[in-house]
Amino acid sequence: MLSNIGNTLLSLNILIGISIIYFSFKNLNNSKTLIGKKIYHLCLFQSTFIIICFLTLVSAFIVSDFSIITVYQNSHSLKPFLYKISGTWGNHEGSLLLWAIILTIFSFFFLFYNKYHPKNYRIYSLIIQNILILGFLFFLLFNSNPFSMVSPTPKEGLGLNPILQDPALAIHPPLLYVGFVGSSIYFSAAMASLITNYSGKLFAQSIKNWVLISWSFQTLGILAGSIWAYYELGWGGFWFWDPVENASLLPWFAMSALLHSLIVLEKRNLLYFWVIILCLLTFILSVTGTFLVRSGILNSVHTFANDPSRGLYILIFLSLMIFASVLLFFSKFKNNSYNLNSNSKETFILINNWFMIFYLITVLLGTVYPIFTEVLTDHKVSVGPPFYNAVIIPIVVIFLFFMSVGPRIKWIKNKFYNLNLLFKILIASIFINFFIIYLFQGYSLMSNFIIISALFLVFASLMDLYKSLKKQNIELPRVISHLAFGFLILFIGLNYNFSIEKDFNLKVGEKKVFENYSIEFQNLKLEDFKNYKAVIGEFNISKSDENLNQSLYPEIRIYEKPSTITYEASIRSDLLKDYYITMSNIDRSEYYNIKFQKKPFMMWIWISVIFISLGGFLRFFKNAKKYY
Amino acid sequence: MKIKIIIFLIILNLNVVNAETSLVDSNKIFKNLRCLVCQGQSVGDSNSEFAQTIKLVVRDQIKEGKTEKEIYEFLIEKYGDWIVYKPPLNKVNFVLWLFPYLVFVAGGTIIFLFLKKRDNH
Amino acid sequence: MQKNIIKLSIISLIIFIIGVFFIGLNKSSIYDTKDLVGQKITNIQLDHFSENRIITGEDLKKNNFTLINFWASWCAPCRDEHAMLLKLNNDEKNLKILGVNFKDKKNNALKFLKDLGDPYDDIARDEFGKYSINFGIYGIPESILINKDLIIIKKFIGPISKDDYNFIKQIVRKQ
Repeated sequence: MLSNIGNTLLSLNILIGISIIYFSFKNLNNSKTLIGKKIYHLCLFQSTFIIICFLTLVSAFIVSDFSIITVYQNSHSLKPFLYKISGTWGNHEGSLLLWAIILTIFSFFFLFYNKYHPKNYRIYSLIIQNILILGFLFFLLFNSNPFSMVSPTPKEGLGLNPILQDPALAIHPPLLYVGFVGSSIYFSAAMASLITNYSGKLFAQSIKNWVLISWSFQTLGILAGSIWAYYELGWGGFWFWDPVENASLLPWFAMSALLHSLIVLEKRNLLYFWVIILCLLTFILSVTGTFLVRSGILNSVHTFANDPSRGLYILIFLSLMIFASVLLFFSKFKNNSYNLNSNSKETFILINNWFMIFYLITVLLGTVYPIFTEVLTDHKVSVGPPFYNAVIIPIVVIFLFFMSVGPRIKWIKNKFYNLNLLFKILIASIFINFFIIYLFQGYSLMSNFIIISALFLVFASLMDLYKSLKKQNIELPRVISHLAFGFLILFIGLNYNFSIEKDFNLKVGEKKVFENYSIEFQNLKLEDFKNYKAVIGEFNISKSDENLNQSLYPEIRIYEKPSTITYEASIRSDLLKDYYITMSNIDRSEYYNIKFQKKPFMMWIWISVIFISLGGFLRFFKNAKKYY
Repeated sequence: MKIKIIIFLIILNLNVVNAETSLVDSNKIFKNLRCLVCQGQSVGDSNSEFAQTIKLVVRDQIKEGKTEKEIYEFLIEKYGDWIVYKPPLNKVNFVLWLFPYLVFVAGGTIIFLFLKKRDNH
Repeated sequence: MQKNIIKLSIISLIIFIIGVFFIGLNKSSIYDTKDLVGQKITNIQLDHFSENRIITGEDLKKNNFTLINFWASWCAPCRDEHAMLLKLNNDEKNLKILGVNFKDKKNNALKFLKDLGDPYDDIARDEFGKYSINFGIYGIPESILINKDLIIIKKFIGPISKDDYNFIKQIVRKQ
């Protein structure tokens, strides 16, 4: 029953999509200045239906309707309620439906909220967005239908992979999708802008808020994924440069570049074609990321069941998108004369874009490079953290310095630098860095530079914050994001350098002593839970020079449905540090492999990222008040 | 003023030397090796049979006094480039290592040319 | 003119990338050992299973072909290939089989051979799995076919199948 409703709604949405395109073209040819009521209504129906369609799938998960394959494969009647719901988008088919919803809703809101822009521009955006929507609806209906039936109806579902049953991962996909699927709307708008020659300031204003909102959500989505990896994967790291993570980072770089150059377009009417390239690139990278993750072309932690036909469909869709946008771009591109002064805010924003593109290319190249060596030379290589760290970190140092100076520069032509002040900040940063080394321990030359430059950015931004609070006409949202970014790099640097990590084997009753720490494996017990069995270890951490006495309880969980073993880390967090223990069994031995970690400032890494995105949201609300 | 900075940097460098002469770090090596039987995990993050054996061997080799580089070379010889997360610079991988810097230099040049064009006007 | 060249090269670059992705779709992203074929195994050192001596490369050079088979009593797929190994040992005089007992208890290993038969011309013991790394082993059962010069002819991941058996037979008899 639910399956029929879902399929009907999907088909209906295809018809609506086609008619929106048809009526839009008709509307283009008449001379009225307003968009026909009919189109508004169709768009409203389209959004409503796709939401109902999604809710149908959600309810199929809630009532555990195992006649639907997707539900059967990804749910179980005993699963907690929250994870029944999040199971809806925890699989390939359901998450594609989420794609379609975001495409559709953004399409409607973009049409609705941009009333003051020319009709043709809005209609072309609508047409292109609907072509994208149709592409995904066809994909859903004919290749990855979330409502496919299985017969006979199974009595019980296979269950959701237990490592996906986690609150951070439950919200991770929706956040991330609002981010990078949301970027589709400025892809469409950029195409429409090229077609209708609607450029300049007004175009920038029409997409500004959409860029902001998608960027802010993308930031949060990446954070949720990162927190999940930290808690659930049991490796104690928070960023692994895995292809899946890179796929979410690539559009983020493009969005960040766009976010900045859009200001130049709005304020100075410059860089129009560059902005267009970034608009197109963001969504193209989003789809490329989807292709890389879902086609199974790369070896990654993520496990969407592999199916080459999916990869092929997305690849064809991607190629059509790229060729359409590149050809349209070439036909409209004109060489504008630029009017830039080397000492101006415009130049510094260009410098931001220069770095962002460098990061983007590095991460993109690193991610797809194994595919190229495999295809071209039949040679397998792995590109992982040491590559990215080696290439990116030195450049981050320079980037942070530019980031500290850039916002203080005036538009068009800056009169003078306040060199003295910057010099003082630099001295202070070096001094503090020296202090850290002196009090704790030394670290590598590169870490010195990272900490110094991060401190530099933090101080420069703190000064701006102070001015901003005194209402000196300084943008608070920007200051918050920049300050938080400075803190993020600083805390990552400190975390990296002062983490303690020990990997050893113990059996019950034994004790491991190193440096000032002593870790005792006190007890091991077996417990039965509702849907899993757990082997729970009890560990006591103490430190000779401090009054430290913590008990941690890492677990090994054995799930029945689906039959999986997971390793649950036990984490004690406070404001300054996290203690982290994972335990795993060693086959044919009474010993357990223990991984102990002390990770300073973990909490502050998360908080910094929240504040980075908060800056984006603040700016969004400020703009929304101003323009709508 | 400048002299002060130089003094600071010298002090810093002394500390740096201290930090870098420390022993070969086994955890770092584990993190840089791919666990071949896992899905996108490093040897350090995995507890598979394979990862445990590799850990034993790496620890032994550190004890024998081998350098980090020698250990990587040994494992590459046995398992191919796939096992290290930092691809060695060779004729297959030079694009990977050089292209990002090429983009960096090219980007800088383009911005510089823009500004120069303007300054000449 | 110059503009057209730039446009053309951008478009060809895109076509090239998409083409690579397209071919890449049908390639496997799992580890394989094809790069290791043709390599010489150096530094062979294995403890003998029962005698107090070390098996080295010199010992293996005496054989025309050696199949080095990594096995353990706790490894279920090892039972599946056992019949193939017995048959190879019986039929092929040109081939010696060296069994390497991997992370196993000595008694269990002996019982295993007693129950299923002993296909090995010689047995070595790798108690902690350390020596296996030198052979590029990453999971058992795994077998390596080498020639007189200790050059790897082929690696077999997983149990020796009927096809593998025929392949080995063909190689060994060509000599």
